[in-house]
Amino acid sequence: MIPLDTGFMPRIPLGRWAEDGIDWISDNLDWLLAAIKVGLGSANDLLVGALLAVPPLVMIILLAFIAWAARSWRMALGTVVALLLVMGLNQWDHAMETLGLVLIATVTAIILAIPLGIWAARSSTVSAITRPILDFMQTMPAFVYLIPTIIFFSVGVVPGLVSTVIFALPPGVRLTELGIRQVDRETVEAGQAFGASPGQILRGIQLPLAVPSIMAGINQVIMLALSMAVIAGMVGADGLGKEVVGALSTINTPRGVEAGLSIVVLAIYLDRVTAALGAPANHPRSLFRMISAARAKRAAASA
Amino acid sequence: MQPSITASNLYKIFGRNPRRGVGLLEKGSSRQDLRDQGLTAAVIDASFEVSPGEIFVVMGLSGSGKSTLIRMVNGLLPPTHGEVTIMGDRVTAIPEKELRRIRRERVSMVFQHFALLPHRTVGENVAYGLAVRGMNRTEREERAERALAMVDLAGWGGYRPSELSGGMQQRVGLARALAAETDILLMDEAFSALDPLIRRGMQDQLIELQQKLDKTILFITHDLNEAMRLGDRIAMMRDGRIEQIGTAEQILNDPASNYVAQFVQDVDRTRVLTAGSIAEPPYAVLGTEQGPRTAHKLLRENQPSWLLVVRRDRTPAGIVWEDDVAAAVRDGRDDLPWSDVHEMPVVTHDTPMNELFGLSAQHRSPIVVVDDDGRVTGVIPRVTLLAAIGADGGAA
Repeated sequence: MIPLDTGFMPRIPLGRWAEDGIDWISDNLDWLLAAIKVGLGSANDLLVGALLAVPPLVMIILLAFIAWAARSWRMALGTVVALLLVMGLNQWDHAMETLGLVLIATVTAIILAIPLGIWAARSSTVSAITRPILDFMQTMPAFVYLIPTIIFFSVGVVPGLVSTVIFALPPGVRLTELGIRQVDRETVEAGQAFGASPGQILRGIQLPLAVPSIMAGINQVIMLALSMAVIAGMVGADGLGKEVVGALSTINTPRGVEAGLSIVVLAIYLDRVTAALGAPANHPRSLFRMISAARAKRAAASA
Repeated sequence: MQPSITASNLYKIFGRNPRRGVGLLEKGSSRQDLRDQGLTAAVIDASFEVSPGEIFVVMGLSGSGKSTLIRMVNGLLPPTHGEVTIMGDRVTAIPEKELRRIRRERVSMVFQHFALLPHRTVGENVAYGLAVRGMNRTEREERAERALAMVDLAGWGGYRPSELSGGMQQRVGLARALAAETDILLMDEAFSALDPLIRRGMQDQLIELQQKLDKTILFITHDLNEAMRLGDRIAMMRDGRIEQIGTAEQILNDPASNYVAQFVQDVDRTRVLTAGSIAEPPYAVLGTEQGPRTAHKLLRENQPSWLLVVRRDRTPAGIVWEDDVAAAVRDGRDDLPWSDVHEMPVVTHDTPMNELFGLSAQHRSPIVVVDDDGRVTGVIPRVTLLAAIGADGGAA
């Protein structure tokens, strides 16, 4: 018979250890935490301030133009309609706050993820070490990150940003590594055979050929950042997330639906634009492609 | 003369602790013994030398280790054991920086699947090796354009590789190697990915270019006909070992092993064998100054039906036939009885055998073979020609 007694297994105080570690960090690394808080906080304030300073209609036209440049005029038209809807739902300011948070978190995550991905692609040891850590970061319930970040940074936008960066980072690292490792071996050999240095091969061959994969990674980072930005509302980050959390705590259906719908609009916009940037060949009618095609035609004609 | 490339006792073994495998192989273990221990012996004890201006072909089926071998020559793979030198300088066990310098200045490479950079134009691809060296833009564009012209792609520099056909892409690959202006060219199955017809054209183009440029070429292929067509010398590889090194004719006529013999038995011998290799010495030769009586005597002694007449400088003068000689002796004439000088077909020693059949059919007399200076080296009677097609080392 299996003993039902669980006393043979001593209680492992893992949670206590984690708490001790976090206490240690907040006691001893407060200069670093302060720097992060000031850096990320002011960057976010600056960007959100800028996004809100632009009149909404001008901003809508700007975003529509980006959509046209990256994808098509149809996407631009859809952007105008969807963003007017967000305005009509009176969620514009919240949407811009969320957009700012997502952009700051994404940029930070990319700055960390791409070099890490490159390193992992070049060293199997680094790859073997980072893989389980990335798995951990991605599967740990996102809420758990909020606890230590509140301890470190108190409530506000910064703990939300930091947990968003941690949560959104893994696909950026993974797809950068994958993209570089997938580059045709012979093409890399060609670089070596003509005497290129490892740096020349990375810049001239591996990174350019890994761009589609890296862009897919950035797309994933943005989508994860957006989903986390909502959760960040729980710790006091301004934006659509805070609206949703507020609606949830007061069981306010209209407010929840309107904020939620605005998040959907932002999500679709960011996804379609970044996906198109990653695979320009699939979008022959984007402004960007049409201009470069016209230029190529002119160059061929003059040659 | 100093060889362009030397490889001595090269081993490449993949797996954990590969050096162990070298010792095992030297003690007589087989490739299979190593595989049981988790080691893959890709190249085993390969040694060869390539002379300047030579096309040296390494021929082997897939898995024979030929691609690994060529990658050790320019250091893309470090050998497990052994040494490679390029123009006298070691390329094995030297610092990366030194190796890069040798690659930039002395050895360029053409790849099986072209290995062009899709995000750059054809011109930029061709100039790649020059850009890596830090050459300025105007100079490298000029040299790239010249290299493109050499492979008949002048004016294509502005296109993307993907806009070109396979054969054209490989000509870009070749131009990239030519633009580097290195003395040595490594070609790794360079034409294997192309259609047979285009492959043939590329081979012709390479032979033509080689006559102008006089590079040292190490060419890898799995196609025996290609090896025979291009190679000044051929190394036959099997299971990581070089079984035989020799000219196409040596390999055909004197295969070093059963494997090589079986391999070459389906080759169209008439394309490879040359007049010089099948010619036999004439039974007897007559000088132009000698008369019908000497001729008659020689004919009686040797019993052929004809005699080859040569001048003092050993160039052929003609053929005299038994009947005519007998008649001349009967008539008491002093000059040789030429029946018809034009009846004697003369070919140089390097004429492929398949060009001899037509001549042999048109003429009654044997084909006379001469060297580059026009001196007689042998004759090919019809019987000899027929025997040469049938003979293939007893394998058939």
